[in-house]
Amino acid sequence: MTRTTRALLGATALTAMGFAAAAQDTTITIATVNNGDMIRMQGLTDVFEAENPGITVEWVTLEENVLRQNVTTDIATGGGQYDIITIGTYEVPIWGERGWLQSLNDLGDDYNIDDLLPAIRGGLTVDGNLYASPFYGESSMVMYRTDLMEAAGLDMPDAPTWEFIREAAIAMTDRDNDIYGVCLRGKPGWGENMAFLTAMSNSFGARWFDENWTPQFDSEAWATTLNFYLDLLNQAGPPGAANNGFNENLALFQTGHCGMWIDATVAASFVTNPDDSQVADSVGFALAPDNGLGPRGNWLWAWSLAIPSSSDAPDAARAFISWATGPGYVGLVAENEGWANVPPGTRTSLYENQDYLDAAPFAQMTLDSINSADPTNPTVDPVPYTGVQFVAIPEFAGLATEIGQVFSAALAGQTTAEDALAQAQDLATEEMEAAGY
Amino acid sequence: MARAITTQRKITLTAVAWIIALLIFFPILWTILTSFKTEADAIADPPLFLNFHWTLENYAVVQDRSDYMRYLWNSIAIAVGSTALGILIAVPAAWSMAFVPGKKTKDILLWMLSTKMLPAVGVLYPIRLILIQTGLLDTKGALIVILTLINLPIIVWMLYTYFKEIPGEILEAARMDGATLRSEILYVLTPMAVPGIASTVLLNIILAWNEAFWTLTLTTVDAAPLTAFIASYSSPEGLFYAKLSAASTMAIAPILIMGWFSQKQLVRGLTFGAVK
Amino acid sequence: MATQHSRSAARLMMAPAVFVLLVWMLVPLCLTLWFSVMDYRPMRGTFDCCEGLGNYTRFVTSSSFQDAVVTTLMMVGGILLITVIGGILLALLLDQPIWGQGPVRILVIAPFFVMPTVSALVWKNMFMNPVNGLFAHLWRGLGMEPIDWLSQLPLFSIILIVAWMWLPFATLILLTSVQSMSSEQLEAAEMDGAGAFSRFFYMILPHMARAITVVILIQTIFLLSIFAEIFVTTGGAFGTRTLTYLVYQRVIESQNVGLGSAGGIIAVILANIVALVLMRIVGKNLDA
Repeated sequence: MTRTTRALLGATALTAMGFAAAAQDTTITIATVNNGDMIRMQGLTDVFEAENPGITVEWVTLEENVLRQNVTTDIATGGGQYDIITIGTYEVPIWGERGWLQSLNDLGDDYNIDDLLPAIRGGLTVDGNLYASPFYGESSMVMYRTDLMEAAGLDMPDAPTWEFIREAAIAMTDRDNDIYGVCLRGKPGWGENMAFLTAMSNSFGARWFDENWTPQFDSEAWATTLNFYLDLLNQAGPPGAANNGFNENLALFQTGHCGMWIDATVAASFVTNPDDSQVADSVGFALAPDNGLGPRGNWLWAWSLAIPSSSDAPDAARAFISWATGPGYVGLVAENEGWANVPPGTRTSLYENQDYLDAAPFAQMTLDSINSADPTNPTVDPVPYTGVQFVAIPEFAGLATEIGQVFSAALAGQTTAEDALAQAQDLATEEMEAAGY
Repeated sequence: MARAITTQRKITLTAVAWIIALLIFFPILWTILTSFKTEADAIADPPLFLNFHWTLENYAVVQDRSDYMRYLWNSIAIAVGSTALGILIAVPAAWSMAFVPGKKTKDILLWMLSTKMLPAVGVLYPIRLILIQTGLLDTKGALIVILTLINLPIIVWMLYTYFKEIPGEILEAARMDGATLRSEILYVLTPMAVPGIASTVLLNIILAWNEAFWTLTLTTVDAAPLTAFIASYSSPEGLFYAKLSAASTMAIAPILIMGWFSQKQLVRGLTFGAVK
Repeated sequence: MATQHSRSAARLMMAPAVFVLLVWMLVPLCLTLWFSVMDYRPMRGTFDCCEGLGNYTRFVTSSSFQDAVVTTLMMVGGILLITVIGGILLALLLDQPIWGQGPVRILVIAPFFVMPTVSALVWKNMFMNPVNGLFAHLWRGLGMEPIDWLSQLPLFSIILIVAWMWLPFATLILLTSVQSMSSEQLEAAEMDGAGAFSRFFYMILPHMARAITVVILIQTIFLLSIFAEIFVTTGGAFGTRTLTYLVYQRVIESQNVGLGSAGGIIAVILANIVALVLMRIVGKNLDA
């Protein structure tokens, strides 16, 4: 081979490579929460990149509060830092309406949009446009220790009442052995204690606002809700309940400190996984409690992937979303991590899959919980807003976090339920007036 | 006459000093130890001090999830970059304030310090909008400039107080010998100023390394330093003490090691004019 | 003594620092001032003129404002108290002849190198957690009911965490000051029969006065903007919401940039008042 030929060949190869690179090299940046299912998704990046040559995925995995702060600031200032963001059912309708998200109506034939659970799909749709694709969906339910329940001589019904929960919680509590009857969210935050309390208040017939957007924290129903919640946790809750959020309670339950835990259905796979949970073989499930008024105290949420309008690689982002939230993804996770660990709660087909139903004893309860939540009629009386454990208006996040801090202080014993509700009413009234309702 | 120190007194003082020092250091030690435990051992009651099953698994998991070297490199680049830039701007300013003080010198100095009072979050939107307009969001350059500006008042002040302690007579003498301003700075002042500058550099690297508001809100991937790295381990689902400890150890180890090796230099100049 | 030549050279040398800081102060400040009179709520898509002073009155009259000012003062004051007193004692101890002075000093300064986020996370989870934290284990081992630090003693817990990080800084500066004391004087006083206490209060403490003011000034500047420690531990709940954190809640959590900007301006004014008082004191010391 002469020098010239070699040089020519080299040049050709270089040109070809350069061309290929120019033609398809795209990098997408995905912002996501550091939850288990998302970490698994991140772990499967190689599979996606192999199937889609030319697309490189960069992950920004952050703790929920930091993520929300960064993503919100980015979208509000049009920073264009991310090509895909992980947001929930609260943000999607508001941001979609603002025109900050790209419509995801055409994610391809493989995506099979009609397979999405109607309740979840409805929460992510604005004016007929799907603005985010659900990665996993959740409601809330009761998870309990079958061994402790038995020892207490009680039998958990499939659809318990709050009164039963109270009885059982007190019976199961054994402070000398660090076993607490019930673990509930107490950590302040609109997505923490207020998500739980708002959903719970629905089953007591309370609501955030009446049809004229007048705050309702001075109502009898809210007083009953808050007092019940405080009594329950004071009598049968773990120490430091005012600082426990989802993660803290999960750790408590997994290490055998909780008799019952009412929280996200997605936790079911964590507490039944023998690798992480010391109580994996003695967990039972029941629907979230009710009070005989109709609505149950369960919420509806879906962590979803969306593309900000400011993204400069929407096509690659679409490809990723239809891969990660399409019907094929669960199979991929099942192959690598087992069926019990697939992201639940988004597709009908998953709940018709016998492999999944066999591996996940909590599947039916999850589906029933999701289906029983109604974001448009969350409580007994009519409301002007949508959302079960939130109110889909932009002011809610800030307001609910402040009110959450007040309720959390009541739980910590720094203020009474009465004062807390009065403060909540003041805060809500002031905020709603300033916002022009 | 040297003060007579009885051996007994020395033993007592040594014991007290060591106990207090170990107590102060204990949280760091505990974090490092926990990073080598399994998650179950990390929350064991009674706590396990040394007699646990040592494992490197947490480090493997953390490294597998996040590319530590990239965050580390960004942290180093930002800390060193902003320090270098800051020193470059601050040395001449502090020098002239210390040796050619004017009527307004002290006011300028105090005004500089007052710029540090701007609460970062209050100006988050303005700064972000400027960076978006200029396309500098998520660049190391932007962070270097911002951290330089944040720490500049402290650098200037620290250098100023240090320079002021250099006796003026030496300068006079140098001038008498016909030294020019340039050679005065180069051959007379610089050697005397080195300890102060070294100490300032070290302090500034520490401050820049640990800054956790701007580094978190203005970065995504390309410029994200270790403060962003740690934000992905802060409260995940399930048991996480051991993994959090591993990530924490990885985030603080470089600066801790640097600090320990250079503590003599750091301490020597860290007076802020406290000593006359 | 300075010649005209060196004077203008000096001005030239000072110019870059003054200029960049001026830009850094003015540009964001002007934008913030502008936002603070606007109805700027990105989530509502509003950016409307003009609220006038509406945002300011709303920020100042809300009940959270007064609480936040009090909390800020208590937090900064508490941290200063612990670090200054602890720092003086530690400095005196480290000044004594002991075996292993080097290693002891290394251990003592270590917390200063730890990222605020990391230290807050470690303290919150591994020490102050009422079930799995080390303190809880310790309390139970002693037969006591574990304390739920972050909800029962929230302000104290945060003060403790931050003081732990700043104690080394105070100690180092105060140590330099102690070491600069002439030992002859002290010995002479000892010979004259002055007890340890009178030596401390009449000789050592006055000598350290200057160093103490310096520590207070520098730390105050940093402590007024504490953020990460609150964000990680309590998120501003249980009476730990400082002025900085209140501004954060308005800007980020409520996404009311106009209101938050007004709060930011108010925070700057208040901080500068505090700083001015402090700097008058230190400024006097700088002349001396």
